Parts: sequence; C-alpha cells; structure tokens
Amino acid sequence: MKELYLISKGQPKVPLEAEVIKPDSLAGLSTEEIANLIIYRGNRRVRLGEYFEVKGESADNPEELRIIVEGDVSRTKYIGAEMSAGELIVNGSPYMYLGAWMSGGKIVVNGNVGDFAALEMSGGELVINGNAGNYLGAAYRGNWRGMSDGLIVVKGNAGAEIGSWMMGGKIVVEGSTGPFTGVHMSDGIIVVYGGLGPRAGAQMTWGSIVVYGYAPELLPSFSFNEVIPAVEIEEERFEGPFIEYVGDLAEEGEGSIYLLEEKNKHLKPQ
Amino acid sequence: MTKHMILIKNGFVYDPINKIDGEKMDIAIKEGKIVDPKKVKEKEAKVIDARGKVVMPGGVDIHSHVAGPKVNAGRLFRPEDGRRQVRPFGQGLRAETGFSVPNVFATGYRYAQLGYTTVMEAATPPLKTRHTHEEMSDTPILDQGAYLILDNNWVIMEYLKAGEYEKCAAFVAWMLRSMKCFGIKSVNPGGDENWGWGKNISSVRDRVIYFDISPAEIIQGLIRVNEMLGLPHSFHIHCNNLGLPGSYTTTLETFGLSDGMPISPKVGERSQNLHVAHIQFYSYGGEDWKTFESKGDEVAKYLNNHSNITVCLGQVTFDETTTMTADGPFEYLLQSINKLKWINRDVELETSSGIVPYIYRPRSLVNAVQWAAGLEVALLTKNPWQIMMSTDHPNAGPFTRYPRVVKWLVSKKAREETIAKCHETLPNRSSIASIDREYTLYEVAVVTRASAAEALGISGFKGHLGVGADADVAIYDFNPEKQDPSREPEALEKALSRALYTIKRGHIVVENGEVVGDAPKRVFWADICFDEELEKQVLDELHETFAKYYTVSMSNYPISEEYLVGSTPIKITSK
Repeated sequence: MKELYLISKGQPKVPLEAEVIKPDSLAGLSTEEIANLIIYRGNRRVRLGEYFEVKGESADNPEELRIIVEGDVSRTKYIGAEMSAGELIVNGSPYMYLGAWMSGGKIVVNGNVGDFAALEMSGGELVINGNAGNYLGAAYRGNWRGMSDGLIVVKGNAGAEIGSWMMGGKIVVEGSTGPFTGVHMSDGIIVVYGGLGPRAGAQMTWGSIVVYGYAPELLPSFSFNEVIPAVEIEEERFEGPFIEYVGDLAEEGEGSIYLLEEKNKHLKPQ
Repeated sequence: MTKHMILIKNGFVYDPINKIDGEKMDIAIKEGKIVDPKKVKEKEAKVIDARGKVVMPGGVDIHSHVAGPKVNAGRLFRPEDGRRQVRPFGQGLRAETGFSVPNVFATGYRYAQLGYTTVMEAATPPLKTRHTHEEMSDTPILDQGAYLILDNNWVIMEYLKAGEYEKCAAFVAWMLRSMKCFGIKSVNPGGDENWGWGKNISSVRDRVIYFDISPAEIIQGLIRVNEMLGLPHSFHIHCNNLGLPGSYTTTLETFGLSDGMPISPKVGERSQNLHVAHIQFYSYGGEDWKTFESKGDEVAKYLNNHSNITVCLGQVTFDETTTMTADGPFEYLLQSINKLKWINRDVELETSSGIVPYIYRPRSLVNAVQWAAGLEVALLTKNPWQIMMSTDHPNAGPFTRYPRVVKWLVSKKAREETIAKCHETLPNRSSIASIDREYTLYEVAVVTRASAAEALGISGFKGHLGVGADADVAIYDFNPEKQDPSREPEALEKALSRALYTIKRGHIVVENGEVVGDAPKRVFWADICFDEELEKQVLDELHETFAKYYTVSMSNYPISEEYLVGSTPIKITSK
C-alpha cells in the first residue's frame, strides 16, 4: 500500500470543498498533478496545493492507496465524499460531509467530525476516534433514502438525528447520542453504549436500536413488548437482558428499541 | 461570437411547415431572421458547414412546467433532486442545479442544448403569475409564454353558469392582458374547486359544489370564449380523472365536447379548437389498478377521425421525477399510493395545486402501461400534426429526455429493448409490442417543432425556416444519408441530446453541445381588444368580488408590462 500525505497549510474563513481528497480521485496522479487539482473556496476555484502540501507517492489503483491528511481541516468539507475504495486517515477534525455517499474503502478520523458525515453511506467503513456531529449516516436534506450499508463507529458522542432514514448498515456510538436517534429508520442497526437522546426512533418502521446506556424517556408511541436475556440481530448477538419496546405505532411501525434492563428500570412497566 | 450574418451550408434540412423533407440546401440568417441565401455573401457571414448534418427549425415545446410558484416549490422541497445534476457557474454561465426540477438557468441551457428555442409554461394561477414572469425573465435563451388557469375560477364559473359568454370573454380578455399570458388553460375543470371541499369530479357531467355547473359546461364555455376572442392558441386542457384506471372514457367524452365548436383564430393558422395536454395520463382502461391497461389505441382511433383536436404526449421516461400540477386531488391520491412527501395548496378563488416526487419503474406494471400508452397514441395517430412531443416536464419525466422519446418513436428495435426491461405482462395490457410504425426524421421535426408552432398560432415566425421566420435553428450531428434512425436509434438520441449548433434569433447559443451565449428573450402574451364598454361593466362588478374574497386589492392584481423582460404582446382585435 502506497502512502500519500496531504498536510494542511491552514484554513481560510470561507470553507473549502475538497471532494477530490479520496483515493478514487488521487490514484494514478503525480504529487504535482494532485497539487494542481481544483477545489472550491466558497464559490471560487483554487488549487489543492494552495491549502495542502502534497508529499509521498500515489498508487495506480485506489485500492492500493492510503491518503493521510494532517493538520487543521476544520473548514474543509466533503473530504472522502463518494469514496469507493482505499484508505483515508484524517489526523485532524474535518468539517461537514466527511465520507458522504461513500460506498467502499475505509476512513479513520483521529479527531472530531462535523455534521452530515457518511451521509447516505452505501458501503465501507468509517471510524471516528472522537465525536461526531449531527446527521451522522443520515439522508441528504429532503431525501427519504438514507444509509443503506456499511459500518460507522464513533468512539465519542454523536449529535442529533443520526441514522435518519436509515435503510441498512450499522452505526455504533460508544458515547451518547442526541435527539431523534434513528428517526424515520426503516432497517439497519444503531448501537448506543452511552445515553440515548430523546425521541429516539420517531417514525421508525423497522430496524433496531440497541442501547447499553441510560435512556431518560421514550416516545409514547412505542409500546413495551417484553424483557429478553439477549437479542440476535443479523447474526450478531447482543447480551442483555434488555427491555424491548416496539414502534413507532404512529406509523404502524415494527421497529425495536432494546434498552439494557440494568440501566433502564424506570422504563419497565411495573 | 455573434456575427451579423450566418450561412448554414449543405445541411439536410427538415422543415415540415415548408414541406422540406431532408433536402440538401443552405439556410441564411440576417438580423435575426431567415433570409434568402442569395442575400448573404459568404465572405461577410459566419459560415457553418452542415454537410452530413441535420438542420431543423428551433424546437417548440407546447407544454412544460418550467416557471412559477409550483415549479419553485418543487425545487425547494426536493434538495435531493437539486444535487443530482449540478454545474458550477463559469465561462459566463450561471450555476445549474437539479435534474427533474432544474433551476431557471439550467432550464434555459438544457433546452438550448436540445435545440429548443421556444417553451411554453403549461400552467400559471393568475394570483401567482407575477412569480411566473419573474422566473421566465430569468430563464436565459428561450422565448416563452404562459397559459392562465381559468377553469376553476369563481368569476368564470358564475358567468358560464349564467350563460353570459360575452361578459366571460370580456373578463378573460382582461385577465390575459392583466396577467400577460398567452392562452387559456384548464386543469381538472370543477375538480379543483371541489377539492376545496375535500371532493373531486369523476365525470364531465358531475356538478361543482355551490356553483352547480358541470365540467362539460366549463369546457364548452371556455372553448366558445377562446374562439370568440380568436386567440392564437386553442383552449388547452388537463382533463378530469387524470391518472386513473378507466380514465380514457372521460378523455373521449372531453374530446366529444369540442365537436362542432368553431375554430376561429384571429392570429395564426391552427386547425384545432381543443388541445389536450399529456394525453398519456388519461389513455387508460381497466376497472382498478389490478386490471389497469392501455387504451392509447382507442384514443388514437378518435384522433384519426377528428382533426379538430391536438394532443401532446406527456410521455413516461422511467426516471425519478417530481410530479407537479394544479390538479390538487390527483396529487393527494398519488401521495397516498407512494407515501412520499406531498405539498398541497389552495389558490383562493382560482385553483389548487400539489407536488409529489415519483419514481417510474419499468418493472411496475402500471408504470410500464403508462409508458406504452403514450407511445401508442403517438404511433397509432396517423397525422403527426395532431401530436406534440412532451413529457409534461417534469411530471412524466424531465424534458432532457425528449431525445430518448424520439428514440422510441423512430425505432421498433429501441422499443423492443425497453419492453424487454418492462413488467412481463405488459404485452397483455397494451398493443405496443405489435406496432411497426417508425417515425421518419420529417415526422420527428413535425412533433418536436412544427405541429406545436402551428397549434400555438405562432407558425408565422416560429417552427420553420422559411424566409422571414425567426432565425431559430438547430443543427444535429446525424447523417441521414449514412445513418438509419431505426437501426441506430442511440446515435440519434445522442445527436438530439447535444445539438451541434443552436441558433436563437440569429445568435449562436450552443456550439458542440455546450452553451456559449445568450440571445434576446421574448415573452408572448395575448393583448386582446374585445369590447371596451362591456369590459368596463365587467370590471365594475369585479370590484366587489375582489373586496369580498381576494386577499389582494384589484388595483394590485394586474402585472404591468414593465415587469416583463422581452414583453411581446400579440395584438388581437376580436370585435
């Protein structure tokens, strides 16, 4: 695997849009060609090289390329957007739309990510070793088709409406989630190890939310089903015991929310 | 880019209005008009070598939803469509967004890339027409005009019920002049008004709540008014029962209402008194969705016996698109079927409307039948002058798919390939597989430009390449001597998708498929002088209606001419 370094020279006030930072776009190019690629600063076209120093060597195929982004990318959007292969490591905290529409390959972020990361993801893997923003693995604004496959792991907390309109795949949040976790979801799994935000699973019709942390409340349109020792979802076993709620009944939904009994006794009917 | 004169040499010219069928000839342009080639010296002109290329008049679209409040609402409510086809600004062009709901710039550019130069907005509610004009003003390149929705209008229904046709005509004349619109549009006559009560209309003999008038009376009344005024275009209708199984009977009944009605345009040379829009959407038989079938053949049979009716196709293109119509109750039905998002609106005394995204899939039997129904009408109607290309953009598909529709029209092979992807029982529900007819390039030129220009009453200066016509020309990279559309439909689709040149009023706007410039814009509207005395009387009575029911005052209602870019009144003296 060849390694290519993109080292941030600093960030402008107006955000950059750099969807070319992905193995699919950079494979087969020389460092000079890469530096001459066009990115957007606001609505202006600028060279990638103006904001990033390009070092290392690119590979012929995206599968054999690891891109390592170093430094301040806090105003750079669309890093890894529509990525389908290879590896991308971001040692920093990228701005919005990281890995949006990604269909393959792996992204690791050693930092926090902005909103709309892994939007409508259809494959591959995203690991965030920090916090995620709102709309992680959600649908694009207006769309009713969200994440369909792939894996997202967040070591920290995640914001509001993660996995909204989710149709498949898996999101694991080791910390807590914000409001409307898995809103409108129709399939897939969301696993939350920390606290579950309010109104989780609103309008969900199918799929599962597994919660190992504390859920202060659920929507009244979810009904208690049973207490079960463990649950198996898509060949993966989650040890409980869990309190299972089913909903969203307002949508005649049959989604499940599994709450670890030990932490959520207040939600167990007496 | 623009030279004073242009000479297009040696192209194969298809100009049906002048009965030119693929003849190799030169076309000369001077001061925005077509002139005799002898009058243009080669040295002084920009010469375009069109050897081995097809030359046609600029395309004319009779029915497309491209400007106005519902189009913009569609854009706002479908950001996910907005990002499907994006092009940043640059090279003197504005930014393009949207696939099925393109922004105004994309609308102008993409039509020009297809070789189209004139596009009529299919429906505008009077109260919201200011917005329609704002969008048309910002749409580059195209000459435009809009049809005013008048059928569910309280004032009109009152006049028609009382049989006061003269007064109704005076009111319509004032409305068209006030709104700077081109013709009269009807959308689900009576049904939209009933929708205000949560109801609809199920036949042309049903009654409208409170107004106690039937769709048939509205339709015949407005045809009569249209002909009293002598408008360049005929009455233009979106029938009742759109989209429903068995709706072809309503369509045939609606057709029948025009029987024996006059055809008396004061401007232009149309031969129809009724234009039925997106005929595909109500050429269906069957009792319900399970027995849904195409009756395109029955509709075509009627058209073959009645030359006083023209139709545009509303051809389904199998895309993810956005349906938008003033037919509010239909959109309610549609969202209850596909469960996607929905906008519903009521426009005071005038109309209703709705918007729902929709995905046409060949594997869906209903969608496949819809696709077949449109093509059946196009292929079984003998006279192509009664047929006009449309996808009812964006309802059955975006206008950017016109070249694909042409592909299906010119090639049985192309149709067979699509049928193979469709639901397997399609052949039991439609005669499409047994139809052998293939359009010639001449007939393609008829349905994409000539017939629409004639039906609109603008064939004096649009839709042809005779001396004196507007210099709107499209040149396509297709060699009819060497290439057979029937066997190479893909090559024709590609050529029509990206015109080699599009020239609008003498300005080169597209070169090699890319937009390279703009051209002066015109917006056509009917400036009718009918009966000043009567109009004064009508307006006096109207003050009370406005004070009582409208949210705007009557003085703020009309749109002044200064508001339009390229205002082009068509003067009509009706009395």
